[in-house]
Amino acid sequence: MNITFVLNGRKTTAEINADTMLFGLLRMLGCYSVKCGCETANCGLCTVIFNGKPVLSCAMPAFRADGCTIETLEGLQNEAELFGSFMADEGADQCGFCNPGFIMNVIAMERELKDPDDGEIKEYLAGNLCRCTGYVGHLRAIKKYLSYKRGEGR
Amino acid sequence: MISFDSVKIAESPQQAYELCQNRNNRIIGGMMWLRMSERHYSSVVDLSGLGLEKIEDTAESFKIGAMTTLRDMEKSEKLKQTFGNVFSDCVRHIVGVQFRSMATVGGSVFGRFGFSDVLTALMAFDSYVETYKHGIIPLCDFAKLPYEKDVLLNIIIKKDGTKAYYSSFRNEDKDFPVITVCVSEKDGSFSATVGARPSKAEKIFDEEGILTDFYAKTGDEREAAAEDFGKYVCGKLDFNTNMRAGGKYREKLAGIYIKRALMGDMR
Repeated sequence: MNITFVLNGRKTTAEINADTMLFGLLRMLGCYSVKCGCETANCGLCTVIFNGKPVLSCAMPAFRADGCTIETLEGLQNEAELFGSFMADEGADQCGFCNPGFIMNVIAMERELKDPDDGEIKEYLAGNLCRCTGYVGHLRAIKKYLSYKRGEGR
Repeated sequence: MISFDSVKIAESPQQAYELCQNRNNRIIGGMMWLRMSERHYSSVVDLSGLGLEKIEDTAESFKIGAMTTLRDMEKSEKLKQTFGNVFSDCVRHIVGVQFRSMATVGGSVFGRFGFSDVLTALMAFDSYVETYKHGIIPLCDFAKLPYEKDVLLNIIIKKDGTKAYYSSFRNEDKDFPVITVCVSEKDGSFSATVGARPSKAEKIFDEEGILTDFYAKTGDEREAAAEDFGKYVCGKLDFNTNMRAGGKYREKLAGIYIKRALMGDMR
């Protein structure tokens, strides 16, 4: 079947099988930041922004993308680079495998929540698993990043 | 992983119902659990074209479409204004925001899973389901029906002044619950709905009047009545053991959460 959607600002048409999952399609289209980490819709590594909402592309049938707008890390390089620098400054990532999905969800959170407190940040990002760390560095990085975005300096 | 040869976008509930009578077809919701099954289907039937992804607010009730996501239910200001935080509290521990942005209310209710937080919370109210085959029937009755090939269209929650408080216990945050409890009160009459025992939720009414004039009682009397009601509810239900917890532990937890809801959290 044929679907047409907007991927990272560009109109895209793809020929897919009925049961193709979105993460597979996105990788086929060169978005290699999108990975399937757990196979159980739990780890958040495959997070993409679908019509403005963060979703798990591993569990999203690709046919549902027809007529929709999808953003992946490849289309958000400036935001990702900026937030990534805060992560690096805090030594928040170790192996870095979970970073793409985590950064996507941080960007989604930033768009959805206004001045979230620690509890709201933790709750929003609870669907992103990191097996290396205890999330403490992540939380520091997010808080400093959000302060910076509010114009409070770095 | 699930595989299928084609997708049918249902154009009417009748068409969806007719398609799902074929054992090689399957209706899909958010596909969060179904995705992990190993079965192959000829076709999956998608309800996305039926306009079932919205929450309608009428004078007497809320009508929640089966394709409404758990996240939409969690964030609905109208539901919050009418029912407090019950529906955000009941889903906030389910995996993550991304998961809840896809999982559907219809999937949770039609599955009638024992671990369903959503089923427990909905049953605490005067709730109904609308299916193609049965029309509108009480949710408590639907929960007891055997699984059959039908199309769940809407969930209806009556605005009858019922107040409820939801709580659950998990061994780890985001895991399946060990127990789910929702205590509700309408015009001084109380009930408690308990799920994840690990069997599916059941609603027990205060038929013995243990909580009669509950708020007029003194502190000690109220505490004793709340404890008695917890014991009464637990005595009416079965609590069993699975890999997450033992039956006796679940029973103890249920009693405590019922008491806590009545003693403070609910008001």
